[in-house]
Amino acid sequence: MITIMKKEFARFFGDKRMVFSTVLLPGLMIYVLYSFMGSAIADQFMTAADHVYEIHTVNLPDSLASLKSQQDLEVIEADLADVEPLKSQIEAQETELLVVFPEGFDEKVAAYDSLTSQETAPLVEIYYNSVFTESGTAYDTVCGILEQYETSMANKFDVNADAAKRYDMATEREMTGQFFSMLLPMLLMSFLFSACLSIAPESIAGEKERGTIATLLVTPVKRSELATGKILSLSVIGLLGGVSSFIGTMLAIPKMLGGAAGGSMDAGVYGGMDYVMTLLVILSTVLVIIGVISILSGFAKSVKEAGALATPLMIIVMVVGVMSMFGDGAPSATYLYLIPFYNSVQCLNGIFSFSALPVNLAVTIGCNIAYTMIMAALLAKIFDSEKIMYI
Amino acid sequence: MEEMLKAQELSKTFKLSKKQQKLEKTTTKTKTAVDRLSFSAYRGEVFGLLGPNGAGKTTTLRMLATLIRPDTGDAVIEGSSIITDPNGVRSKIAFLTSELKLEEFFTPDYLFDFFSELHGVAPAERDERKRRLFGRFGISDFAGVKVANLSTGMKQKVSLVISMVHDPQTIIFDEPTNGLDVITARVVTDFLQELKAEGRTIIVSTHIFSLIEKICDRVGIIVSGKMAVCDTLENLTAEKSLEDKFFDIYAEMEGKVL
Ligand SMILES: Nc1ncnc2c1ncn2[C@@H]1O[C@H](COP(=O)(O)OP(=O)(O)O)[C@@H](O)[C@H]1O
Ligand SMILES: [Mg+2]
Repeated sequence: MITIMKKEFARFFGDKRMVFSTVLLPGLMIYVLYSFMGSAIADQFMTAADHVYEIHTVNLPDSLASLKSQQDLEVIEADLADVEPLKSQIEAQETELLVVFPEGFDEKVAAYDSLTSQETAPLVEIYYNSVFTESGTAYDTVCGILEQYETSMANKFDVNADAAKRYDMATEREMTGQFFSMLLPMLLMSFLFSACLSIAPESIAGEKERGTIATLLVTPVKRSELATGKILSLSVIGLLGGVSSFIGTMLAIPKMLGGAAGGSMDAGVYGGMDYVMTLLVILSTVLVIIGVISILSGFAKSVKEAGALATPLMIIVMVVGVMSMFGDGAPSATYLYLIPFYNSVQCLNGIFSFSALPVNLAVTIGCNIAYTMIMAALLAKIFDSEKIMYI
Repeated sequence: MEEMLKAQELSKTFKLSKKQQKLEKTTTKTKTAVDRLSFSAYRGEVFGLLGPNGAGKTTTLRMLATLIRPDTGDAVIEGSSIITDPNGVRSKIAFLTSELKLEEFFTPDYLFDFFSELHGVAPAERDERKRRLFGRFGISDFAGVKVANLSTGMKQKVSLVISMVHDPQTIIFDEPTNGLDVITARVVTDFLQELKAEGRTIIVSTHIFSLIEKICDRVGIIVSGKMAVCDTLENLTAEKSLEDKFFDIYAEMEGKVL
C-alpha cells in the first residue's frame, strides 16, 4: 500500500505542470481574481478621497451658507434661469449637482408648523445623476447636511448619538463568525470538490483507459491495498489543492470587502482549536469526495466519462453548500450528521460560528471515515471485477 | 517432465451487450469464448496456443493470468490454483500482452523498482537483476528517460524486462510479436528461447504459423474455444506443414460445428 501511495505521489509531484495546475494555480487564481474584483468594485462605487464636488445652488439661504465652507464642496450660485441648462449638464454628466431652494426658504421654514399648517412643507429640489458616481456621492452628502439641519431645528430627542459608545452588542467575533460561517463552508466544499475532480478521474479512469492498471492487477498486490493506497494518496493531493484555494480566498476576502468592512473581519478571532477542527473535518470530507469520485471513475470507461458522472454530484454538493448560507446556523440534531457532505457543510458552519457541538463533529468525522472505508472496499471489488475492468 | 501448468476444463462465456451482438452479427445473448479447454505445460518448454482470431486464445491466457475468472474448470500453475490462490499465481508468473501498458510518465528505472516492490523483491536482488536485464536489452542508457519518450521497440523491451522483476518461472505471452517491427520481434523471440534454455516454462498464443514453428515445442490448436489438437510440433508436422495441418483440422472442426 505504501508502495502504491509512493507511486501516486511520485506521479503527481514529479509532474511540475500538474502540481502547478492543481495546487498552486487555483489558489493563485482565486486570490488574483477576488482581489481584482474587490478593487474593481471599489473603483466603480467610490470616488477619490480628495474629490471636490461641483454644486450649483439656486436661492441658497443664509442658514445654509455653511455649505460654502465645506472642504469637499465647491458651491456655485445660480439663477432660476440656469436650472434647465444645468439639468441637461447633469444628465450629460458634465456637472454634479443642482440644489434648488424655494425663494425665502428661511422665512418659510420658520413660519411652517407641521402640526397646524394647511400647506405642504417648503420643498428643496436636488437634481442629480445616480449613474454618475461623483454626482451620486454629492447627492448623499448634501442630503445628509440638509437632514442634519432639519433635525437640529426641531430636536426633541436623539437616538444612538453618542459616537464613543458601542450600541450594537454583537461582538466583532460574532460578526466575523456570522460572515465566515455563511460564506466559507460553501466555498471550501466547492474548492475541495473541484480539486478532487481534477485528479481522481485521471488516476483511476485514466489508468483504466490507458491499460496501466491491468499491469498492476497481474502483480500480487492486494486489490484492497491498491484501492486504499489510491484513495489515501489522492486525498492528500486533493486536500492540498483545496487548501490552496482556501488560503487564496482567506487572503483575498479583506481586499474584496474593502478597507472599512474588511477591518472588522479578522480571521484572527479563530483559535488553534478551530483550525484543527476545520482541518479534521475537511480531511474527512476529502476522503469521502475522493472515495465517491474514485468509484464513479472505476465504473467510467474514460476520464471524460468519469468527469461527466461526477458533475451531478458536484452540483448536489454546491446546492447543499448554498443552502447552508441561508439556513439559520448548524442544526444540533446528531442524526443529521450521518448524511455525507451535508454533515461536513454543517460542521464547518458550526465551527466558523463558534457553535459546533463536539458530538456532531465526532459523528461527522467518524461517519466520513467509515464511508471511506466502505468505498475503499467497493473500489477493491471494482478492481477485481472483470466486467467493469475489461470491456 | 515436471508439470508446471495444468489447465482443466476451462470455460468462459461472455454475456453480450446489444452493441457486441451487432458487432458479432449474432442475436444470441451469450458467447462461449472458451469451451472446456484442457492442456498442460512442462518445465523448460515453449507451449503454443495456435488459433485464428476470435478462437479464444486471449481469453484463455487472461484466465491463466487471473485477470478474469473461468466459469468452470481450474488451472494450477506451480502449485497455485487460479481460483483459490490467484495471488499465488500472480507472484509466480509473468503475463505479457500488448494491452498491458506501463505508465508513460515514469522512467524504466523507477518502474523496475516499483514493480519489484510490489512483488516483494529484496533491494540487493533487485539491483543485480536490473543491471543484468537492462544490460541484456540495452536499456541502461535509457534507464532515466520517461517511457513516453522511448521508441516503440524500446517500450516493448522495457515491458518485457519489467515483467521479469520477480524472476518468474512461468511466462505467459499473448501474441508476442504482434505489432512489433522485425528487429524487436527478433529480440523478443530470442529472449523467449533464452528463457526456455534457463529452464522456464513459456506459454504463447499466436495466429502466426512461422512463430510456432520457430519457437514452440508443443502446440495446442484452438478453434472456436475448443482444443482441436494438442501435440508436439514434431508430431504435428510429421506428414505436412503446420499450415496445411491446421487447415485440415480447421475444416474438420468447422464442419462439425456448422
Ligand atoms: N469481454 C468480452 N465480452 C464479450 N465477448 C468477448 C469478450 N472478450 C472476448 N470476447 C469474445 O470471445 C471470443 C474470443 O476472443 P479472444 O479470446 O480475444 O480471441 P483470440 O485472442 O483468440 O483472438 C471472441 O468472439 C470475442 O469477441
Ligand atoms: Mg487475442
